[in-house]
Amino acid sequence: MDGIKITKESDARGSFCPGPLMEMIRLVRSAKVGDVVAVISGDEGSKKDIPAWIQKARYELVGMEEVTAGATRILCRKNH
Amino acid sequence: MSEKLSIVLFSGTVDKLMAASIIASGAAAMQKEVTIFATFYGLFALRKGDWKQNRRISKDCEDYGAQFLQVLEAKKAPNWLETLQSAMDIGNVKVKACGLTMDLLSIKLEDLEPIVSEIVGVAHFVEEASDGQIIFL
Repeated sequence: MDGIKITKESDARGSFCPGPLMEMIRLVRSAKVGDVVAVISGDEGSKKDIPAWIQKARYELVGMEEVTAGATRILCRKNH
Repeated sequence: MSEKLSIVLFSGTVDKLMAASIIASGAAAMQKEVTIFATFYGLFALRKGDWKQNRRISKDCEDYGAQFLQVLEAKKAPNWLETLQSAMDIGNVKVKACGLTMDLLSIKLEDLEPIVSEIVGVAHFVEEASDGQIIFL
């Protein structure tokens, strides 16, 4: 995710479902409109779960990238 | 009006309590209005401090019980009460106590974990849950 400034990131590896999603919700809540926040999750389910929440909450899924094997960084923009 | 999800928490075993709190978290995240109606054994498990020593496992899961509890401890999974508390932090989740169970066991609201907001009767619960999904655990 070159060129995208992440305001806050939380490493939720080692946290179980729904922990990483809860972390994303907390980060977005504490962010300012326009900020991009990220969560790194080692939980496979997060790759479906967090985007589903982002869509429901009508935020923007900026992207997902593999950090290491089995760990994904999920980026969300608080666009409203 | 938001969609509703109601959980009848009848069981007081760790496996069912975890299931209830995790489903409640997901539903709260997806902006549903969640009500947990704690009754019978589910209400026993909500007595103040009971979670600390609760290692009860459902009869139908007992073959896996010891392994399940061991894994939860080894991997430091959050306990069900913490999961439920974080569900309440991020969304609309209410835990209500069954009046009948309270009367039978002579329990008062102050004997329960503070996440329980009120005592209600079954008719109140059924009425409140009537236009949403209901899960029995």
